[in-house]
Amino acid sequence: MLYREAGQFKTTYAADQQLFPIRQDRIGVITLLLVAFLGVPLFASEYWFSAILIPFLIFALAALGLNVLTGYAGQLSLGSAAFMAVGAYAAYNFQLRIEGIPILVSFALAGLTAAGVGILFGLPSLRIKGFYLAVATLAAQFFIVWCLTKFPWLSNNSSSGVISTQKLIIFGHELTTPVEKYLLVLSIVVVMALAAKNMVRSSTGRAWMAVRDMDVAASVIGIKLMPTKLLAFAVSSFYCGVAGALYAFCYLGSVEPDGFSLEMSFKILFMIIIGGVGSIMGSFLGAAFILLLPIFLDVALPFLAGLFGLPFSSATVSHIQITVFGALIMFFLIVEPHGLARLWQIAKEKLRLWPFPH
Amino acid sequence: MNFFLEVLIGGLLSGVMYALVALGFVMIYKASGVFNFAQGAMVYLAALSVVGCIEQGAPLWLAIILAFIIMTLFGIATEKFVLRKLVNQPPIALFMATIGLAFFIEGIAPMVFGSDPRALELGIVDEPLPWVMDNWNMVISKFDLVAAGVAGVLVATLALFFQYTRIGRALRAVADDHQAALSIGIPLQHIWAIVWGVAGFVALVAGMMWGARNGVQFALTFTALKALPVLILGGFTSVPGAIIGGLIIGASEKLAEIYIPPVMQDLFGGNFGGIEGWFPYVLALLFLLVRPEGLFGEKHIDRV
Repeated sequence: MLYREAGQFKTTYAADQQLFPIRQDRIGVITLLLVAFLGVPLFASEYWFSAILIPFLIFALAALGLNVLTGYAGQLSLGSAAFMAVGAYAAYNFQLRIEGIPILVSFALAGLTAAGVGILFGLPSLRIKGFYLAVATLAAQFFIVWCLTKFPWLSNNSSSGVISTQKLIIFGHELTTPVEKYLLVLSIVVVMALAAKNMVRSSTGRAWMAVRDMDVAASVIGIKLMPTKLLAFAVSSFYCGVAGALYAFCYLGSVEPDGFSLEMSFKILFMIIIGGVGSIMGSFLGAAFILLLPIFLDVALPFLAGLFGLPFSSATVSHIQITVFGALIMFFLIVEPHGLARLWQIAKEKLRLWPFPH
Repeated sequence: MNFFLEVLIGGLLSGVMYALVALGFVMIYKASGVFNFAQGAMVYLAALSVVGCIEQGAPLWLAIILAFIIMTLFGIATEKFVLRKLVNQPPIALFMATIGLAFFIEGIAPMVFGSDPRALELGIVDEPLPWVMDNWNMVISKFDLVAAGVAGVLVATLALFFQYTRIGRALRAVADDHQAALSIGIPLQHIWAIVWGVAGFVALVAGMMWGARNGVQFALTFTALKALPVLILGGFTSVPGAIIGGLIIGASEKLAEIYIPPVMQDLFGGNFGGIEGWFPYVLALLFLLVRPEGLFGEKHIDRV
C-alpha cells in the first residue's frame, strides 16, 4: 500500500532515467540522508561515532570498491586491504611533501595513486582467470605491505613504517571532534556511493557485467577486454584507496603497514558476500553486519556465559567469535547466496503487493 | 658453491613440505572443483587433534588413528552440511564457503584441544646429517629428509590409489566430468565424501610434519598461504605439478632470501629481509603470465 509504483508515470527521459525511479525510494533515500547528516549528529554519542559509525562508513566504501571489481566485473581480488594501505600512505606523503595541499585534494590523489597501483596488479587479469587470479592478487597484498614496511622513505623514516597522520584542515577549519570527522567521511562516502550507483548502470557498468558473466562472449560482442578489466581495477582501487586514506586520517590517526593485513582483505570480502555481490546497497549492509557482529558477540557472549554459569575466558570468547563468524558465512551462502541485499529485494517485492497479495 | 648447494637443497626440502599442503588442495579441486581455502585450517586441526589425543594419554599411533578418524568425519560432515547444499552455485560461492569453513575450524579447534603452542614429538630429531657434514661441509637436516621421504611415499600411494583401485577410478571419472560420471552410476556424493576424507588424511600428514617441525600452533594455518603459489605454479589439477611446483617455490624462495636482499641493500640502503612472504607469489605470477594454467594444469578451452 505504501510502496506502490502504480500511477507514477514518467513523461520525460530524465524522469525515466533517474537514479531512483520510484518515488518512495527517493523519499526513503532523502530521509536516510537527512537522518545521517542531521539526526545522527544530534543524538549519537562520541563512542558511536569513533567506534561504530566512522569505521562502518569507511569499510562500506572499501567494500563498495571491491564490489565494483568482484561483484560487477567478476574479478575476484584478495588484496583490497593492500590498496587501502596504498591510499593511506599516499595521502600521508602528499600531505607531507607538498606544501599546503588541501586535504581533499590529497585524498583524491591518494585514490588515483591506488588506482595506478591497482592497474599494475590488474594487468595479469588479462591473461589469468578465476582462482589463479585470486591467488595472484595475494601477490599485491603481500608485496605492497612489505614495500611499505621496508622502504623508509614511504613512512618518512619512522620505525617499522608507522605513520601518524597530519591534521585534518578543510577550508581553514581544523576537524578535531568525532562528529566533524563523521560528517566529512559521510559526505565523501555519499558522493562516491552515488557515483558508483551511476557508474554501474552506465555503458561501463554494463560492459563490466558482460565481462563478469562471460568474458569471451563479451569480447565477441565487441567489448574490449583490456580497458574494461583495467578500468574495473582502477575504479575499485580508487575507492579502496580513498577508504584507506579515510581509515588513516579520520578513524585511527596512526597506522602501520601490518594493520592492512590479509585478514582485513578477507573482512572486506566477507562484507560483500554477506551484503550481496553486485549490489551497491549490499556493500553497506554487509559492512554494517560484519562490523556489528563482533561487537554484538562481545556483549552477548559474556552475558550468555553469566546466564548459564559458564566460565568464559577472553580467549574462549574470541574463539567462539571466529567460529560463529565462519559458521554464519557458510550459513548465509547456503541460505541466501545473493546476500542481505537480495533479502531487501524480496521484501520490496512483497511490499509492492502488501497487504493484498492476490 | 657449497653454500649455494646447501641453500638449494634446504630450499628443495622445504619445498616438499609446501607440496604436502598443496597436495590436499589439488585432491579436492580435482575431484569436486572446489578451491578449498580451508586446507591450511585442516592442517591445523589435524595437528591439534594428534597433540590433543596425546595429551589425553593416548600413544602416538593411537593418536594418529584417532586424528585420522576425526579428519575423516570432519570431511564427511563438511561435504554433507556445507558443500552438498551449495551444489550448482558458482565456484566463487564455494570458495567463499571454504573461507568461512577455515574461520570455523580456526575457532573451534583450539576450543576443543586448547590453543597454547605445543611440541609434537615424532621421534625424528631435527639435526644435520653427520655424514654430509663431514664430507661436504653442508648442513642438511635429517628431519627434512624424512619429510621428503614421507611426501614421496604419500604421492606414490595416492598415485597408486588413483590408478589401480575402483574408488580411484571413480574419483578420476568424477574429476573428468561430473555429469558423465553420474550417468554411468558413480555415486557423486560418496565420492566427494571420500575425497574430503583423503584430503583430511593429506592434511594429517602435513600437519604432523609441520607440527613436529615448528610446533603445533595457530601459525600452522598459514601453511595454506605457502601452498597457494605452489598451487598456481604447478596447476590446480596436477599432483606432480604440486610436487614440482613445491620444489621450484621452495628452492627459489630460499635462494632469493639469501641473494636478493644484499643487492637491494646496495641499491637503496636499509634492510630488505623477509622477502619470503611475497617472492613466491610474484614468481608464480610472472610464471602465470607465460603459462596461464600453470605448469601441468589442464589447458582450458573457452566455449561461448
